[in-house]
Amino acid sequence: MSTFTTEYDLFFWIMVVVCGLVSLGIAVVLITFAVRYHRRNDDELPTQIKGNVLAEAIWITTPFILFLGMFAYGAKLYFDVELPPSDALDIYVVAKQWMWETQHPEGEREINELHVPIGRRVKLTMTSQDVIHSFFIPDFRIKQDVLPDRYTTLWFEATTPGKVHLFCAEYCGTKHSGMIGWIYAMEPQAYEAWLEQGAPEGSMASTGEKLFHQFQCATCHHFDGHGPCPDLRGLFGRTVSIASGTSVTGPTTVVADESFIREKILNPRAHVVEGWKDNYMPSFQGQITEDQMIDLIAYIKAMGPPPGGTLSTSSGATPEREASGPVIIGPGVTSINNTVPGER
Amino acid sequence: MIAAPEVRTEPNYLNAKEGVLSWLLTTDHKRIGLLYIASITAFFFIGGFFALMMRLELLTPPSDLVSPETYNKLFTMHGIIMVWFFLIPSIPATLGNFILPMMIGAKDLAFPKLNLASWYIFNLGAAVTLYAIIRGGVDTGWTFYTPLSTTYSTGYVVGAALGIFIAGFSSILTGLNFIATVHTMRCPGLTWFRLPLFIWSMYATSLVLVIATPILAITLTMVGVERIFQVGIFDPALGGDPLLFQHMFWFYSHPAVYVMVLPAMAVESELVAAFSRKPIFGYNAVAFSSLGIAIVGFLVWGHHMFVAGQSVYSALVFSILSYLVAVPSAIKVFNWTATLYKGSVSWDTPMLYAIGFIGLFTIGGMTGLFLAALGLDVHVTDTYFVVAHFHYIMVGGAVMAYLGGIHYWWPKISGRLYPEFLAKLSALTVFLGFNLTFFPQFILGYLGMPRRYAAYPPEFQMLHVLSTAGASILGAGYVLPLIYLTWSWRYGPKAPPNPWRATGLEWQTPSPPPVENFEETPVVNYEAYDYEAMKEKLALG
Amino acid sequence: MAETIQILPGREALAHRHHFATPEQQRETVMAGMWIFLATEIMMFGGLFMAYAVYRLGHPRAFELGSADMNVVLGSINTALLITSSFTMALAAHAAQEGRLRGLAWLLIATIVIGAVFLGIKFSEYYAHFREHRAPGVWYESKPNEPDPGGVEMFFVLYYIMTGLHAIHMLIGIGIMAVLWLMTLAGRFSRVYHSPVVVSTLYWGFVDIVWMFLFALFYLPGLHQGR
Repeated sequence: MSTFTTEYDLFFWIMVVVCGLVSLGIAVVLITFAVRYHRRNDDELPTQIKGNVLAEAIWITTPFILFLGMFAYGAKLYFDVELPPSDALDIYVVAKQWMWETQHPEGEREINELHVPIGRRVKLTMTSQDVIHSFFIPDFRIKQDVLPDRYTTLWFEATTPGKVHLFCAEYCGTKHSGMIGWIYAMEPQAYEAWLEQGAPEGSMASTGEKLFHQFQCATCHHFDGHGPCPDLRGLFGRTVSIASGTSVTGPTTVVADESFIREKILNPRAHVVEGWKDNYMPSFQGQITEDQMIDLIAYIKAMGPPPGGTLSTSSGATPEREASGPVIIGPGVTSINNTVPGER
Repeated sequence: MIAAPEVRTEPNYLNAKEGVLSWLLTTDHKRIGLLYIASITAFFFIGGFFALMMRLELLTPPSDLVSPETYNKLFTMHGIIMVWFFLIPSIPATLGNFILPMMIGAKDLAFPKLNLASWYIFNLGAAVTLYAIIRGGVDTGWTFYTPLSTTYSTGYVVGAALGIFIAGFSSILTGLNFIATVHTMRCPGLTWFRLPLFIWSMYATSLVLVIATPILAITLTMVGVERIFQVGIFDPALGGDPLLFQHMFWFYSHPAVYVMVLPAMAVESELVAAFSRKPIFGYNAVAFSSLGIAIVGFLVWGHHMFVAGQSVYSALVFSILSYLVAVPSAIKVFNWTATLYKGSVSWDTPMLYAIGFIGLFTIGGMTGLFLAALGLDVHVTDTYFVVAHFHYIMVGGAVMAYLGGIHYWWPKISGRLYPEFLAKLSALTVFLGFNLTFFPQFILGYLGMPRRYAAYPPEFQMLHVLSTAGASILGAGYVLPLIYLTWSWRYGPKAPPNPWRATGLEWQTPSPPPVENFEETPVVNYEAYDYEAMKEKLALG
Repeated sequence: MAETIQILPGREALAHRHHFATPEQQRETVMAGMWIFLATEIMMFGGLFMAYAVYRLGHPRAFELGSADMNVVLGSINTALLITSSFTMALAAHAAQEGRLRGLAWLLIATIVIGAVFLGIKFSEYYAHFREHRAPGVWYESKPNEPDPGGVEMFFVLYYIMTGLHAIHMLIGIGIMAVLWLMTLAGRFSRVYHSPVVVSTLYWGFVDIVWMFLFALFYLPGLHQGR
């Protein structure tokens, strides 16, 4: 069970009752008429009634008003489900034919399983390596398609401990019906204990930091604000402007979220950020896996704002930092791997 | 009643010319309607066979009867055949072809040769699709979602898509023919507001066919081009957008749902009026609701994509438009029901189908309200709830109306009467079998059973067994009419020109009708279903 | 071509189809049919224009770069040719309505020739692109250091599909006009019966208008990029 389950079921059963009663009403009237006015002799000619404007007006407006209510209720529920809260526990999901791979910020990876604590909001950031899948937890009443080459999100808050189904709901090829797994909702202490067992490779952000050096990102993206490329500290969640030559609708702004960073890494020159040269950054298309991508993003996300506040070009909020996550100091200053940009 | 085979003596469209060639080269809309009936009946039973195989596989949780690969092909081909080779042409190309020109007092459709060409195009498309099926089948689902269909599937996607592409042109030509016919071929005195409601609905259907089908054609072309040339129109790896495919596909496929159900509503209006002996309650509302459905139906495609990753704000718009399109359907249901009030309601087989239609269509429509509610859709979309919902509309709605219409016009088409008892039995069997098959699927969907699963967790088995049992009864209900209608074609008692004492122009000519429909061009000076005006002629009252 | 074309006796009666009440009704119906058909054509190209709009919004820069590889001079010549052919076709319809069969035959020939020249130029452009590896699919090669190479390839994919579909429509149009020409020579048309010419003119006009949009969308965005 999740917090949605109760909300959802309340609305669902209200709908069952309302629609059920109306359907039943129609059936009763229909059968009553069919019996009551059953033809008595073959030559019968009943009174000819062409219509009644008032009656019609009533049964046009009544459903319409009912429908508006349903729409509003449904929309409210949908916005609750679709817009994730900012203080959630971040978990990443990579789907592929035909398995679910989940990763916790602390670094634990799971296949076709996901352990989550109850009483805490959990946000899934999901992508697919191949076709479209759909992450579906029936017991939580939530579902979201998982697409290749972009991130979709889903959030929930489990309320009761237990083991519930995870299904792929979007047909994805031969073993679609085998792309199933289990969600384990656990007491917070049990979840912490479960986390303690594993994470051999370190947290996602620290793996991401290694990749940041392995792909030589640090060569140009200095952490002192003087490199040839932007200082990435504090970038995540900020609003950046796109140069007018690379936008068809004139100058425009976007929020630097997961998808933005992803596009910058794979196809950096499609949209160019105002004030930066466009031919510096190479494309990493085909060189980086989806798993590495989410690690890199987790790292960029975990970078704090630069010391001394925000950059001159920045506007908008600084990203939330994981209170429980590791504190990362950028490579320009020092790092957990003791590497300095430009010296590798 | 056992009757010796009778010879049809009076000249009519059936005996005017003899021989296979006289049928294959005919431009008579009535004969073309019959050719279509032959084609789509074959496809109905092929598609039904696939459905039965699926239901048998789903008797047990693991995929034991057939492999998952085969199961995937089964539901794909069931969908493709039922949607494009049965449902879309079902009522328009058969009953529409046969009845529409007669109802407006015309000698034929506007373009008789085009009409014949559309039958050949339909069969060519069907042959190409069947070839793809025989060569190994397709496993993408009837929706051809990219990039599964363009990059990952190993099935004969291009073959199947080409078949559908070709068949699409037959839809376009039929729609074009109907629109031109209704505009220019009405007999003297038959103004727009004297037209039977069948014509209004069929006209709305034709608009949808003509405007939506080319989008499907071009979308499937792009899928084909992408597969053949390995370019990335919808492939994200090359900057393509798989959601664009979904938008374009549903821009066709949602209106296509109305192509299936508007003709059913067309038939329904005729049946309710004829078997209540009353004009349809609120003619104008019912006529305009057909057009309303056709027009608003073009603006709701995004409700298939509430969890696909489109913007929440566009989802909001699609949701409210979906509720808007439900209003005209509700109007129709209420008006049909009100037509029975103080009527003279007969319980002949077509009326049983008509009443069954209202019931099943109401359930289908009501569950559509669940799916249009954004928050509710999140859980039940892509589950058996959706499967049950659209089967209630397409099978409970469209097929019930089709069978009702076939029985209603059978005396006109064949010049014979069908056996009433067997017909009533089959109507009842279909109704019960249908509900037993599909009602449990609503519950399955609510419990979270995803669609297109070859294997499923054991807790769902009970409901699946019920559904399979229902499917067997339903299958029997469909075979029955095939048998007794075929029998009555030769051996049924001869039908009078107007066995139901209905008002339509098609009943004012002999059964079966002569080659050019009427001995002399009719002139209309009364409204549709005007029993008062026709009292003498029908010997009523 | 014969000096004068005789209208065959009895042809007019033959041209009237039995299920129409009057020739007037027949003419109206045929016109209605063609307009409905053009509506489906608009929707078919509309799907492609939709795809173009979506991808150009996503890759504005790449579309300009791709467009810079187009030969604007040849494109402009082709545009002028098509407009001219629409004019000759409109004159042909006029000639048919007035029953001037000889003029009709010559105007049809003129339209066919102009259409064929258009296609010739179009295919020479395709060939030039092919030489530059700007052909679709496996023959495509991105230029070195091209920004957003996927977007540029998308531009070319749409270019081939859309102009290709247009070229197919041109071929069909030329075929129709060849048939009309033969029918003219056989004396099938007259002041009373000329619907086939008139509806074909509608079709040809539509194909012409589609090209105007294609020209603007594919040849012009890269104009200021230079070659």
